[in-house]
Amino acid sequence: MFSSKLRRTLLKFIGTTAAISLTAVFSAQAEVKGPVSYVIPFGPGGESDISARLQQPFFKEKYGQDLVISYQPGGGGAVGWASLNGLNGDGQTIMGVNLPHIIIKPAQKEVGFKTEDLNTFYMFHFTPDAIVVNSTSPYKTLKDLIDDAKANPGKVTFSGSGKASANHLAQIKFDKLAGIKTTYVPFKGTGAAVAALLGAQVKAEWGYSTVGAKQGDAVRMLAVSMEERHPLFPDVPTFKELGFDMVGGAYRGIALPKSASAETTKMWSDMIGSINKDPAFVKKMIDGGFAMLDIDAAGMADFMKARSDEYINDAKEAGLIK
Amino acid sequence: MDFGNFLAALTPINIAFALFGVAAGTIIGSIPGLTATMAVAVLVPITFSMEPATALILLGAIYTGAIYGGAYSAILLNTPGTPSAIATTFDGYPMAKRGEGDLAVALACFASVFGGMVGALALLFLAPPLSKVALAFGPVEYFWLSIFGLSLIASLSKGNLMKGLAGGAFGMILSTVGVAEISADIRLTFGNQTMIGGFGVVGALIGLYCIPVLIDLVAIPDRHLKVEDDVKSIRIGDAARVVMKSKFNLVRSSIIGTLIGILPGAGGSVAGLVAYSEAKRSAKPGQKFGEGEPDGLIATESANNATVGGGFIPTLVLGIPGTPPDAVILGALLVQGIRTGPTLFQSGTGSIAYTFIYGLIIATLLMLPVGLFIGRYAYKSIVMIPKAVLVPTVGFMTIIGTYAIRNSVSDVIIMICLGIFGWVVGRFGFAASPIVLGLILGPIAEQGFVQSWIIGSATDNLTGMFFGRPISQAIVAFTVLSLLYPLFAKRRLRMAGAD
Repeated sequence: MFSSKLRRTLLKFIGTTAAISLTAVFSAQAEVKGPVSYVIPFGPGGESDISARLQQPFFKEKYGQDLVISYQPGGGGAVGWASLNGLNGDGQTIMGVNLPHIIIKPAQKEVGFKTEDLNTFYMFHFTPDAIVVNSTSPYKTLKDLIDDAKANPGKVTFSGSGKASANHLAQIKFDKLAGIKTTYVPFKGTGAAVAALLGAQVKAEWGYSTVGAKQGDAVRMLAVSMEERHPLFPDVPTFKELGFDMVGGAYRGIALPKSASAETTKMWSDMIGSINKDPAFVKKMIDGGFAMLDIDAAGMADFMKARSDEYINDAKEAGLIK
Repeated sequence: MDFGNFLAALTPINIAFALFGVAAGTIIGSIPGLTATMAVAVLVPITFSMEPATALILLGAIYTGAIYGGAYSAILLNTPGTPSAIATTFDGYPMAKRGEGDLAVALACFASVFGGMVGALALLFLAPPLSKVALAFGPVEYFWLSIFGLSLIASLSKGNLMKGLAGGAFGMILSTVGVAEISADIRLTFGNQTMIGGFGVVGALIGLYCIPVLIDLVAIPDRHLKVEDDVKSIRIGDAARVVMKSKFNLVRSSIIGTLIGILPGAGGSVAGLVAYSEAKRSAKPGQKFGEGEPDGLIATESANNATVGGGFIPTLVLGIPGTPPDAVILGALLVQGIRTGPTLFQSGTGSIAYTFIYGLIIATLLMLPVGLFIGRYAYKSIVMIPKAVLVPTVGFMTIIGTYAIRNSVSDVIIMICLGIFGWVVGRFGFAASPIVLGLILGPIAEQGFVQSWIIGSATDNLTGMFFGRPISQAIVAFTVLSLLYPLFAKRRLRMAGAD
């Protein structure tokens, strides 16, 4: 009996070893072999940075390697994206990508990269568009704001991050849906746009649900552009509920240089997908006001096509691109 | 304020990390191109495996150390290690040239510690009320602040005012190259992809300040800095006496630094320049600013370190980072699950914030021994190293430093071109500082103007927008004063001469 147990253990051991070595053979081309450089093509402190920072500990825990975050700001992300395909495609370097930026920028002018040149392998979250007002604002509901804008065309001012950005496109779209005319004031990043809101320099902000998570009682969100209400804000209605067909925001994902092999791309897509399904990670993201998204490498082309058609269409109508 | 948090900050491990952080930060900050942002960003992951408070103390210590470290290269090589140290070059380098680099390094240390303490104490006791300053500053105020900053060219230009203004205008034009920050237009790149990222401030600092120094080092046979016969220690006693005489300057500059640090759109470079020009304005007869006047150095160095504590005020109270390193630290806080906001200073969850603030105070105090110690070696090595070694070493560092900012070869090319340009126009009496001032303030002015214009047009109140707001009016008044001051000073001098 003892010997049979021993034999079984031995067999099991041999079996496991064989399995491990087989896996090793098959995955020899695709594994992370040391610290990974994770480039954020913006400065620190924005949503791209924060969500990458949230992934950092989970990556280390699951795959035993460090994600080293660095910043390569410039040209509204263009400096980073234009350099991506010149980097080594061995899977040790990845870069954050953002929608609508990577679609709108190349459509406006020659910026050193094309949307289809970016080997985006996963879109892992989005920050839903939201109308945010100061907690002292007379606008209690979205209707209050619309009424004011109808009575005073152009006088309702919104701060937002950047021009031809997610915030700006949201403003254009909502103005059209609600039949109002408002004024959009571009700021350098969400932080500056929120500061303008808190200081009552503008009447409202086109921001994201993350602003509501960060600012708490200092602000009030009038509506968010999600299919269903955000778990963190059960009292904030969606635009859909209020009769405006708006779902979306700024989408964020990660790309590899184009020279990366199919195996490497697949490996990365699986790794980021696995982090995205970790309940602890999801909780941190939701608590931060983000909304989860799971578009993997296989589904990327369809997703990009759909987003691209919508953005280009909206931007053309608004005269942002020719 | 409770004592428990102070004791929590005082554990041996926290003190050890604060010490390490200050030393590492000082060395990183002294190398042009290696910024506090970069150092802090790389070290954030260790906050995941450490006690959160310890990790935050380390990050804060690196940050404050780096701002001080920027003074070394400003004094010894005429190259600001960080943008905050631009005005440090004005008097620091002339002091070093005449053989008082040791005194300048010690003075910078005393002033930095004092300024850092004022900023940190403001953060500790006055953060929630002071955070309102950040919100009172809207687009118009930033516009006028930048115009005020540009008016400093008038008082900073040694000699030819027109050349100073031309330099400032040129810097502003440089700042428009690349993708515009808020309008997203691509400007003045002439179809060249190298230019799309624009002219970065740090790269421009290295090019415009450091390259001309290197060229001169090669072109002129003299020693780099005048050396006294024996370089034994750095003159702590002398420095303490000088600082004691400048108490008022020290306090005023530290307050200016704290207040400007609170403004998310301004930063250490503006704080240093404003404090410098205020010190210059209230100069006593016989003080020669720009020719190695210790008061100029004291003003800048106390103001720029005060921005560290000041910058944390909007970061912690409003969740709006004051500076890029603040933004990185804010990210680290969020990952730790710490929500910033006014409640952070009221509720029990704020204890980690208080531990962090005490840690910052401890780190600032540790900067005194650490800074004097490192400063001594920095001075000795720069003075003693033969030129044949110094020039290639510094040259190598400028390239590495510029490349490291965003791993971009374009930045290195731009840096070298700017450097050669700076050396050539320097021969004709155009100084680097007005150009850099234009480069830093140009975007602030442009954004503020465009935003004010949009809001003013939308509300049919352009005049009221630009001239009707009390803070704006005060800044405009200061600007007029600073522009007219040189004329007054000249007249006073002439009257005195006539007597």
